Amino acid sequence: MNVTINGEPATVEPGRTIAAVVPNVGVFCAIGVCHGCLVTVNDVPDVRACQRVLREGDEVITR
Amino acid sequence: MHVVVVGAGVIGAACAEALSAAGATVTVVDRSGPAAGTTGAGEGNVLVSDKEPGPELELAQAARRQLPELLAKLADELGPELSDVEWQPKGGLVVATTDPRPLRDFAERQRTAGVTAHEITPEQAFELEPNLTREITTAVHYPEDGQVQPVLLATTLLSAVRQRGGRLLSGVTATGATKSALVTDSGTIACDHIVNACGPWAGDFASKLGAPLPVLPRRGLILVTTPVADLVRHKVYDADYVGAVASGDADLQTSTVVESTPAGTVLIGSSRQRVGFDETIQVDVLRELARKAIRLFPRLAGVNVMRAYGGFRPYTPDHLPVVGADPRVPGLWHATGHEGAGIGLAVATGRLLAELMTGQEPHVDPKPFRVDRPGLAA
Amino acid sequence: MTIVVVGAGPAGVNAAVTAARAGKDVLLIDSAARIGGQYHRQSFRAKEIRVAHERVRHLPDTTVWAIEDNRLHLTGSRVVTAEKLILATGAYDRTLPFPGWDLPGVYTAGAAQAMAKGQGIALGRNVIVAGTGPFLLPVASSLLDVGAKVRVFEANSPSHRWLREPTALFAGRRKLLELTRYAKVARHYRERTAVIAAHGDDRVREVTVAELDDNWNPLRQKRIAVDAVCVGYGFVPQLELAIAAGCRLSDGFVAVDEQQRTSVPWIFAAGEITGVGGADLAADEGVIAGAAAAGVQLGLTVDRRFADALTRVYAVKDGWKSWLTDDTIICRCERVTRHRLQEATGRGATATRAVKLASRAGLGPCQGRICGATVADLLDLDPTTFARRPIATPIPLGDLAANPVEEQ
Repeated sequence: MNVTINGEPATVEPGRTIAAVVPNVGVFCAIGVCHGCLVTVNDVPDVRACQRVLREGDEVITR
Repeated sequence: MHVVVVGAGVIGAACAEALSAAGATVTVVDRSGPAAGTTGAGEGNVLVSDKEPGPELELAQAARRQLPELLAKLADELGPELSDVEWQPKGGLVVATTDPRPLRDFAERQRTAGVTAHEITPEQAFELEPNLTREITTAVHYPEDGQVQPVLLATTLLSAVRQRGGRLLSGVTATGATKSALVTDSGTIACDHIVNACGPWAGDFASKLGAPLPVLPRRGLILVTTPVADLVRHKVYDADYVGAVASGDADLQTSTVVESTPAGTVLIGSSRQRVGFDETIQVDVLRELARKAIRLFPRLAGVNVMRAYGGFRPYTPDHLPVVGADPRVPGLWHATGHEGAGIGLAVATGRLLAELMTGQEPHVDPKPFRVDRPGLAA
Repeated sequence: MTIVVVGAGPAGVNAAVTAARAGKDVLLIDSAARIGGQYHRQSFRAKEIRVAHERVRHLPDTTVWAIEDNRLHLTGSRVVTAEKLILATGAYDRTLPFPGWDLPGVYTAGAAQAMAKGQGIALGRNVIVAGTGPFLLPVASSLLDVGAKVRVFEANSPSHRWLREPTALFAGRRKLLELTRYAKVARHYRERTAVIAAHGDDRVREVTVAELDDNWNPLRQKRIAVDAVCVGYGFVPQLELAIAAGCRLSDGFVAVDEQQRTSVPWIFAAGEITGVGGADLAADEGVIAGAAAAGVQLGLTVDRRFADALTRVYAVKDGWKSWLTDDTIICRCERVTRHRLQEATGRGATATRAVKLASRAGLGPCQGRICGATVADLLDLDPTTFARRPIATPIPLGDLAANPVEEQ
């Protein structure tokens, strides 16, 4: 499955969360509570990287 | 002279500050603590833009002049940390999206009362606020409008009181009074004067002292977004704000006030609703606020709202504050009824009350705020 | 009209299935993609386990963001009317602050387990799990399973303390037997020990580990090289929906009767929001709640003696406050230090709302979920006052503005 992360193309296994494939994204609790890992996905801000499963074509921007 | 101020919201704090500056010994009591009620649920508006010419505008103008001076004085007294109230004299922008004439006329009347109100073109408005909707017909810029963080303002004022030897008693509930003392659930406090600064609960407290006061709660809700960079720069209102403030209707009224805070969040207010002290959330009210805010700033549609908070604002039948002595109960004074404008009116209210109590020449005309005025009669 | 269950962990799934077996239509709402909750988290590589009952409809990736009478407002501009509501919203790790806990590489214990179980990822190669409670053991075990080197530091001394709880030990014998599954952790496990500081420039490189006295004051200390630290000091219940619905609380949890009924007649609660007791107890409570909501008498009761003893054996002790320095972060979202918090109280702020607004602790995106218990403990406030969140989760303003669609 193909996505882009900060503009760089990446191939990921289906079912992966953003937090699992993007290093240093600010994960603390990994269960959606702490909001430490907020990223922008397809122009939608404040998406929790630990909760969001990647989909084909996703464009992820980290802070 | 020993004065007990009941209520540690911004009005009580401002009264206590002014009284202590005038040399009185001051004790402030509050059943919860500073800024735990109406003040903590406020936006921090210091506005002249929303007020018709009249006594309230005069009080607001006086307060607007005094606030920076007082803050400078308190900075000397308390140091930079304790005196920081996040004061931002950033100006307000009122925009009309329909017929431009009511806003124009309103601004014209305000100018005759001494308010700085520049009518600007939509293009000039977009320069001030690049993310503003293009669907505006006219705009008025009010450079005097500003903003504080209300909890910081109240606690800074109270810090000055304590620094001058005054006392703050949190968790103490006032239950009544004798001729020469306030009665509380933790004993009596001997005093010469009692100031009722209980905000929306001022009517209850006044009744306990045998001096009924028609102050009722009006609920306001505010939305807070997650931090977002440079989306809103001033305080921006739609022009129907004025109508909502002055209305006595019980039904829900919303008008949009959108502004950013130093923390980067955007505040969206404000609804006004007479629902007693009912605290439950009403999603249709939140939805209405969201819709109107997006109409002003379409980019807000993609921003997350993370918090909603509601508070009860004290209002009177004629929508004017009550400031001054109560002729029915010697030694009882009131400072309440500021509705949603208390943050902006606080410092002038405190000063006026102190002037009246110490027999000095009042700096604004106190007559319209008297407790025995016809507008408060049942 | 349906029975709505919020939360698809052990309590919620059991409640949903029990109510469905009693003939009710059930809507099971959960914020995750798959059922299981934190404890039975499913690996993304495994075949998905679903609720196998035709009367249960599972609504994944959905959060209830507001409750208004019996109307539940859902993310994605949806709304549903509930005939009966079962809250099974669970709990998350309580963390205690210490200098350096805001460095990358410091996580909650639950994070280690979620990443290991759900994504097959170890948060580090050389990991310390620190805190208190039996939950540290499965966390360490799941880290060992994904190939990490693990050490576990338990701040209390349960091996001695349990001897004073014979009744609870007997009541929990099945649970204790289960803990023997984690025997492989035993040789990496130490009691009366905690991580009291983390060090590193860009991320955690070393930690200060201290032996503790009974009140958790540090005794002997030494530095240890690590690349990840996972901390868990018990759990914080997710109370915001229960509070918004007006359910009475008791000792920090939702008060329920023996039928799992809350103080609001049409609302039931099960699992960790009614008291932390682990997955088995939560599942039993779910069964009872599901039956009661469906109007069926099962005659079952739960035995809380073991769970109650857990809170005594693994209590958080005040000495942790001595681990802090003035510039230790208290609120991660707003980067509020202990100094800033003390400044707010120095101004006279005492009520929760005033403390939050004067210090900014608890005003960031997590809305006090992480720092609420800490601030409450430091300032002697009621921790549940930090769980008042009329908007339970952030939603786009555009979604709030839209006309909601009725979810059947």
